[in-house]
Amino acid sequence: MDFLIGIWEWLHEYVQYTVYNGVKVVIILVPLFVVVAYYTYAERKVIGYMQLRKGPNRVGPKGLLQPFADMFKLMFKEIIIPTNSNRYLFIIAPVITFAPAMAAWAVIPFNDTLVFANINAGLLYILAMTSVGVYGVIIAGWASNSKYALLGAMRSAAQIVAYEIAMGFALVGVLMVGGSLNLGEIVAKQSGGIGHWFFIPLLPLFFVYLISGVAETNRAPFDVAEGESEIVAGFHVEYSGMTFAVFFLAEYANMILIAMLCALLFFGGWLSPVPELAGDSIGWLFGKTAVFMLLFLWFRATFPRYRYDQIMRLGWKVLLPVTIFWLVVVGVMVYFKVSPWFG
Amino acid sequence: MLAKINYYLKSFLFLELLKGMNVTGKYFFSRKVTVQYPEEKTPISPRFRGLHALRRYANGEERCIACKLCEAVCPALAITIESEQREDGTRRTTRYDIDLFKCIYCGFCEEACPVDSIVETNIFEYHFENRGENIMTKEKLLEIGDKYESQLAADRAADAPYR
Repeated sequence: MDFLIGIWEWLHEYVQYTVYNGVKVVIILVPLFVVVAYYTYAERKVIGYMQLRKGPNRVGPKGLLQPFADMFKLMFKEIIIPTNSNRYLFIIAPVITFAPAMAAWAVIPFNDTLVFANINAGLLYILAMTSVGVYGVIIAGWASNSKYALLGAMRSAAQIVAYEIAMGFALVGVLMVGGSLNLGEIVAKQSGGIGHWFFIPLLPLFFVYLISGVAETNRAPFDVAEGESEIVAGFHVEYSGMTFAVFFLAEYANMILIAMLCALLFFGGWLSPVPELAGDSIGWLFGKTAVFMLLFLWFRATFPRYRYDQIMRLGWKVLLPVTIFWLVVVGVMVYFKVSPWFG
Repeated sequence: MLAKINYYLKSFLFLELLKGMNVTGKYFFSRKVTVQYPEEKTPISPRFRGLHALRRYANGEERCIACKLCEAVCPALAITIESEQREDGTRRTTRYDIDLFKCIYCGFCEEACPVDSIVETNIFEYHFENRGENIMTKEKLLEIGDKYESQLAADRAADAPYR
């Protein structure tokens, strides 16, 4: 043991720093991968149950090893690169989608001390990261040199532009109440029980955020970018094996991220709804996140896919005016110092 | 005017969306209808048309008299029959082939057969591993008939009142 400590102290400060942070990254990402894996399993189970089916139940007890079977299958599959594609961009596109989806987790606080990077512009950073992800989708669609992929990419681009704005405005509301871009401080502002959580003064903004979150992650009913009934699989038609798996992973990581952000920004994160009865804990955050994650699956099992022009209409003509109107309302509430949120 | 207000109220309160989610939410807890196939199977009608078989009489004599009605009626031209006279003076098939790739399992052969010789069993789980196995020869068909005779007779008896 002393020997190991000796080695550690002998290492250069920068090396120590790198190793220390590398370990922290692993601590965040490995559980994230496991959750992603079992989220796909949960999705198949939940949707199956809602369709009166049993879902996967063959691999392992209750089908619990199914995600691993899928993962190994994808790992051993051939990565096919279309002859007329742009090889470089074709390979880089999944990475561009995947990296920001992981990087966004850096600023997510799990409780008041557990956060990888406690930066003051956390919310801005998350908005930036989730926006970068869509470039992967666009590049994938373009590099595939396939009409379906290109159509999917174009749809995705237009959709993201429309919904990013609504989403951004919804978060402006959070900033007005929270008075900070630091996620930890935003949560801390909500302490004092369920009555202090931001979803009450920001209810319309919360719904806008949830809806545009679903749209941002290209999930049903906003999954026109991969609408399999119209354009086969959209931007990832040409992807197979691990390249496809990376897109898949990014999509699910983003869903979990949006769910967790909903919990953090509007539902008090790790704070207990009734602090007198139960203390704050990381369990609350995970519980709330799980509820929103379930919502994603529930939506997919329930709603038919939006038509493309309906998506645009909803984004520009409904969500955007609603958010702007509610920002004015929030401004009025701030002016009159409506308690307990603006006191 | 009122209709318009009503419309906006409905859409902004997500009434219809919640209704939909209520439906799927209810089904989440209802009994599942999945049949776990290899272990559980759905009931099969006595009229089920699966793999073919040639039947025999109780004394062991093959029923088929090579009248070739099945060959004639077969819409997919899947049946090939050759025949000759046996020593005892009866006409019998020397060759009775059904190409299962051509067969459309319509059951016309069974309908056409005057002696209930060619029948379709309720076997639907079978596969081929080599080329040529799709041709059911007379020997193979008789073998299936012998093996499943009791089942075949029972199915035909069950369906008899409706014929």
